[in-house]
Amino acid sequence: MNPSLIHRTRREFLTTSASGLGGIALGSMLSDDGVLNAASVADPSAFLEATGHGEAKAKACIFIFMEGAPSQLDLFTPKPKLNELHGQSLPKSILDKARFAFIQPETATLMGSPRTWKKHGQSGMEFSDLLPHLGTCADDLLMVRSLHSEEFNHHPGQLLMQCGVSRFGMPSMGSWINYGLGSASRNLPGYVVLNAGRGGSGGSTLWTSGFLSTKYAGVSFRNQGEPVLNLKNPKGLSPEMQRAGLDALRDLNQARYQEVHDPEIASRIASYELANRMQTAAPELVDLSGESKATLDMYGVDRPEPPGDDFRGTLPGLRTYDTFARNCLLARRMVERGVRFINIIHASWDQHSELDKNLAYNAGAVDQPIAALIKDLKQRGLLDSTMVVWGSEFGRTPLGENRPGRNSNTGRDHHPNAFTMLMAGGGLKGGHIYGATDEIGWFSTENPVHINDLQATILHQFGLDHLKLTYRFQGRDFRLTDVGGKVVHDWIA
Amino acid sequence: MGAFSFRYFPVLFVLWTAGTISRGAEVDFERDIRPILAEKCTLCHGPDETKAGLRLTGIDHATKVLESGLRGIVPGEPEASEVMHRVRASDPEEIMPPPDKGEPLTEEESAKLEGWIASGAVWPKHWAYAGLSSPPVPSLAGNPVDAFVLDRLGKEGIEPSPDADDITLIRRFFYDLAGLPPTLEQLATYRTAIGTNREVGLTKLADDLLEGSAFGERWGRHWLDRARYADSDGFEKDNHRPDAWRYRDWVIDAINADMPFDQFTIEQFAGDLLENATPDQVLATAFHRQTLTNTEGGVDKEQWRVAAVMDRVETMGAVWMGLTLTCARCHTHKYDEITHAEYYQLFSYLNNGDETSAKVRESDEAWARYEDTLAAHTEAGKTLEATLAAARSELNDRLGEWEARLAGWLAEATAVVEPVLEPITVEGFGAPKGVQFSLEKDRSVLVGGTNVPTATYTITAKLPAGKISGLRLEVLPDASLPENGPGRAQHGNFVLNRMELSVKGYPRNPIILGDAAADYAQEGWAVSGLLDDNTRAGKDGTGWAVGGGIGKAHHADIGFAEPIEITTPTEFSLQLIQNYGEQHSIGRFRLSAMMTPTSLVVPGPVRLALASPADQRTPDMRTTIQRHVERLDAKTWPLLAQQTAHAARRPLAPEMDVRVIAERRSDRRKTHIFKRGEFKELLDEVQPATLSVLPPIRHRGEQGDRLDLARWLVGGENPLPPRVIANDVWAQLFGTGLVPTPDDFGVRGDRPSHPELLEWLAGELVSNGWSRKSLIRTIVLSKTYRQASDHRPELLDRDPKNILLARQNRFRVEAEIIRDLSLAASGLLSSKVGGPSVFPPIPAGVADVNYNSAFKWNLSEGEDRYRRGLYTYFKRTAPHPGLITFDCPDSNVTTLQRARSNTPLAALITLNSESFVETAQALARRVLAEKSLADDTARIEHAFRLCLSREPEPAERERLASLLEDSRAWYRDRAAEAAELAGEKLPAGLSANEAAAWTSTVRVLLNLDEFLTRG
Repeated sequence: MNPSLIHRTRREFLTTSASGLGGIALGSMLSDDGVLNAASVADPSAFLEATGHGEAKAKACIFIFMEGAPSQLDLFTPKPKLNELHGQSLPKSILDKARFAFIQPETATLMGSPRTWKKHGQSGMEFSDLLPHLGTCADDLLMVRSLHSEEFNHHPGQLLMQCGVSRFGMPSMGSWINYGLGSASRNLPGYVVLNAGRGGSGGSTLWTSGFLSTKYAGVSFRNQGEPVLNLKNPKGLSPEMQRAGLDALRDLNQARYQEVHDPEIASRIASYELANRMQTAAPELVDLSGESKATLDMYGVDRPEPPGDDFRGTLPGLRTYDTFARNCLLARRMVERGVRFINIIHASWDQHSELDKNLAYNAGAVDQPIAALIKDLKQRGLLDSTMVVWGSEFGRTPLGENRPGRNSNTGRDHHPNAFTMLMAGGGLKGGHIYGATDEIGWFSTENPVHINDLQATILHQFGLDHLKLTYRFQGRDFRLTDVGGKVVHDWIA
Repeated sequence: MGAFSFRYFPVLFVLWTAGTISRGAEVDFERDIRPILAEKCTLCHGPDETKAGLRLTGIDHATKVLESGLRGIVPGEPEASEVMHRVRASDPEEIMPPPDKGEPLTEEESAKLEGWIASGAVWPKHWAYAGLSSPPVPSLAGNPVDAFVLDRLGKEGIEPSPDADDITLIRRFFYDLAGLPPTLEQLATYRTAIGTNREVGLTKLADDLLEGSAFGERWGRHWLDRARYADSDGFEKDNHRPDAWRYRDWVIDAINADMPFDQFTIEQFAGDLLENATPDQVLATAFHRQTLTNTEGGVDKEQWRVAAVMDRVETMGAVWMGLTLTCARCHTHKYDEITHAEYYQLFSYLNNGDETSAKVRESDEAWARYEDTLAAHTEAGKTLEATLAAARSELNDRLGEWEARLAGWLAEATAVVEPVLEPITVEGFGAPKGVQFSLEKDRSVLVGGTNVPTATYTITAKLPAGKISGLRLEVLPDASLPENGPGRAQHGNFVLNRMELSVKGYPRNPIILGDAAADYAQEGWAVSGLLDDNTRAGKDGTGWAVGGGIGKAHHADIGFAEPIEITTPTEFSLQLIQNYGEQHSIGRFRLSAMMTPTSLVVPGPVRLALASPADQRTPDMRTTIQRHVERLDAKTWPLLAQQTAHAARRPLAPEMDVRVIAERRSDRRKTHIFKRGEFKELLDEVQPATLSVLPPIRHRGEQGDRLDLARWLVGGENPLPPRVIANDVWAQLFGTGLVPTPDDFGVRGDRPSHPELLEWLAGELVSNGWSRKSLIRTIVLSKTYRQASDHRPELLDRDPKNILLARQNRFRVEAEIIRDLSLAASGLLSSKVGGPSVFPPIPAGVADVNYNSAFKWNLSEGEDRYRRGLYTYFKRTAPHPGLITFDCPDSNVTTLQRARSNTPLAALITLNSESFVETAQALARRVLAEKSLADDTARIEHAFRLCLSREPEPAERERLASLLEDSRAWYRDRAAEAAELAGEKLPAGLSANEAAAWTSTVRVLLNLDEFLTRG
């Protein structure tokens, strides 16, 4: 390459950074365009050290997002007292402070859980009968029972969880991490989104790059057809003809560069080349034919849907059980290929009614594949550097939902006050339970954790200081954790 | 290329802090001091709180004598400045900030502070808040823009770049002012014009483009970014907004008409409050309705109303003033002088703007067409009316016969106590999908299955032979129905709005009904209600209901206005129209024919009139009889039927409901400061007022309103809007603003590169009557704008970001324009302006990834498939990848500056997506259809010209020729692949092989950097 171009590019980087000194970000300079050596992107420790960030334990994160708010009371936190008080009103002290979406507080009554419980692993971590597989990973799991959010409706709550702020326009966590560290893959995007089920209500706002460059936005991989939009050549255009066209394009663009010396042209050439490499790499990534039968079975690939229909976690005609299993396996394959942030989304867990039926369906969809993912990462030696996070925007109420016009309570309402998340790997403690709630599970009684704290801790494990990973926009240095966030050191192994 | 080693980093840091355009070693207040004060001091010593009497927001405050008798800052004397003692104190009681409030200053920070005080504590008023000045124009060149830029370049000893070559210049004008490439004819015309007289030719080019409709599309889209315009609600449900496009068209029209920017502001901000506001001025307030709407179940409406008002406040701050007000939702702005209270003072202007809708014309053209057809319709109506009047006057002579007939029917009926009923057995039953019915043993019909909100039952059966005077409809209880029926609504009720009966072979259908009677009717829902035409939903409709008589059998007798005489059983069809909603339909019913005369043959009012002796009837009574007879008389009823049909053909006014804002007149909301921005945590009440750092507002009345606020923005005294708008216009024409942070004119934003030029442009904007076009014209005709954009290696070190403007900038065009360029070059582009948003091809599955399963991407057909990018339907939760991947904003918040990313996903769109393959195919066909082109060389040159307006260099031509040869060779023996790439419906005489080879060649042109970049 033309030496002055390299000089120029580096120069460009310097001056761009000068206007946002807070936003020291490796990814932004190593603009993923092949202009700079990709090998140094893969090992950002020197950079982190130089810029006052920390040591990186995690290289990748798989965020498994259970859109719609699963019931922590029926999955992770047995509350015998709640069962005892089943049918009674909520104590007035709590009722006065509470806010509900659909519940009529005057007549609402507490709803016990019909689930049976078992302790797993050395810590005696409890899981309900709906999650037998996850239970077997208990010694690798960190269970946080005291998450809280201030957002009460789904979409704002999801924005808070994914982007750190409930307003629109902020970059998502995966974007921030890629902005900070760059992509470690030469052929794939650094941030991938996988969807199963009916599709989340937040849509692409949950993987937006906000005010950061679009190159940090999540790339939604699709379950059917080509994994990335427009990956396939036009019909009738062979790979060799695509290549021939790209060669001509490169030659003509290079000639243009010689005329006008605009480094953006080099960048454009590089992005076309990366696109072409992705055309090969992405289909290879989603091709599971090289996986052993044992692996496929462990994840539950090709599992049938359970009998019945009208589940809230799927739509007629979708093979959600199979898709979710594949997405978990794909996530492992992406980690192996250097993808930094993978968001596996499943919707919906919004069980205002028929909770028992729908929770059983959803738990059945995700339990086995997630357990398989954790074990698979572990046996391949990847779990230490890969953080797996399981969670949602909030939890569900101990009260049953007595919406007008309903004869009986069969569901639970939104509950941001205290809910549960699971984490594994990436340098976090395994077999550890953190936080506790009161006897009916309304409020946290021990170690409450805000969502911004969770985010600060995730960044910390990537070696990124959430206070320093900033971007100047509209005169303010924005960060993922907005104005909050404290690293939860108790989680770190 | 070698590795970019990290050991360089510490060195690089030094370079950064030194800054690109060095301001020397002295302490710079904005860069060095203000951040320290904001981060460490002003929380307790700022506009909200002045602990110990110290306020560090300006030199006057900061130098005052404090409660302690000391002075916080004594300019030139750090030793005498209490602030310095405190920040360097070691005693925890003394040190500032106090240990519980924050980290102490670093030694470097204290040193800077000390240096600043020592050098006199110069505390400049932030440039952007100062009043507009009128800088003297350096008198170097004709165009003042050039005077400022060249003056600065001259001082730096840099020569400006020469004018770009003519073709590049023409393309630049087209890309910037129309967002389209010049056609070959336009190119030729303007090349000649410029060649003849450069200044005159360029002026004509600018004027032509400024007057073209594409200008409003191009510049309207810039404004729509700011307006956060989209076609859906956003949030979970993300519902369709069928009226959104109407506001978009308002923007295009206003910009094409060069509506002065002050008026443009006032109408969008408060058009509804103008005296005698026109529908268009009310429509303009849809600007405020581009906020998101959360219709998720269980939302607190007040929370989201407040969120929308906050968005309006913050959008105003960003778009007109380049200020980020968002911080002040929760607390006083750390850097800019925007207090927590001031945020809510601004909020209060918007707090009583209610969301409502207004009727507006779909477009002026549609309205003109409507007025023409309406006039023709009215004319035809008059002719009909005249014929009817003649028939009526003739009928007057025969009224006596009719009276006798009616009297005869009534006389027969008087003898009848209970009519003789003949059972009718229902043979067919039609109802909305999912509704089921069963015929019971007692001949009644029991309705079940889906309980639909509204239903029309269509019953077919036979009328018995004989003289039939009417029908009896029995509604019956049943255990299967809610509350035992007879209706299917939750409480067992129904509403029958209307009955329509048609008898096979009868000369007049539907049968005219005379009168109706029922054994029972709910108050307000008399059975006579089913005789009129009103079938509206809910309480607006009329009809028969039986509330209060639930669980019991009831019946209604409906008399025919003329008994039906038939000799054999005859088929009929009966419609029971039930539009009330909420499942108010009949659950069980039975029909019978009334075989004996009843008084229901004559409507009640007519009966009353007939009962009066003829000579004692009032005029009203006579009219009542006349009108009834007209419906029956063989000469008049066909004319009446014609009149009804004519009325039904009356053209519909092309009007639509558009969401707008209207001022709340009663029960007005008070505005409080929200603690930490929480809408439920009220602090003090505030009154409308603006920011104290800016010139005062004038209120027309006691309380200020939105109109006052709008006039404050663009009244000329407020210096920010003219600066921000002038900067915006500049940024669109140079790729970056004179203030490189268009969204931050606050103290943290970058300062203008050419302060005097910005002042001059802002002043020019105001003094030219806020004309956007005039300002653009001034800029594009400057030498500065016309410079070549080639990078200048010799300036790489001195001015890498081209801040001094020694050349134009090159930049990739926006998402919409990429589409427009490709469609235009291929000849596919539709030139239609405005109208509802369209649905061009989209990859399968993209639009379906959303929560609202009711939404479907219904692919547009015909020319709507090829409309400009700004007309593509914008769904907030699933935007079109062709837009969003090229950095079209997501429309959730206002956007003042688009990113220009360069990603592989974007490359895949222009390489592989359906729309771009289609343009490549069309471009290939367009070139091959040009019969005047002798050979491949000529064709390649033609394709090149269509895309890039210039002749290819020999090397470029040869490179494409070689690709063409490779393509031909590849497709020679691959008919199937060739047919696929060539596309469908090839013109006669064009082989698929040839079309495919050309398609695969010209698509390279549509991906060239030069094509996608404004040079």
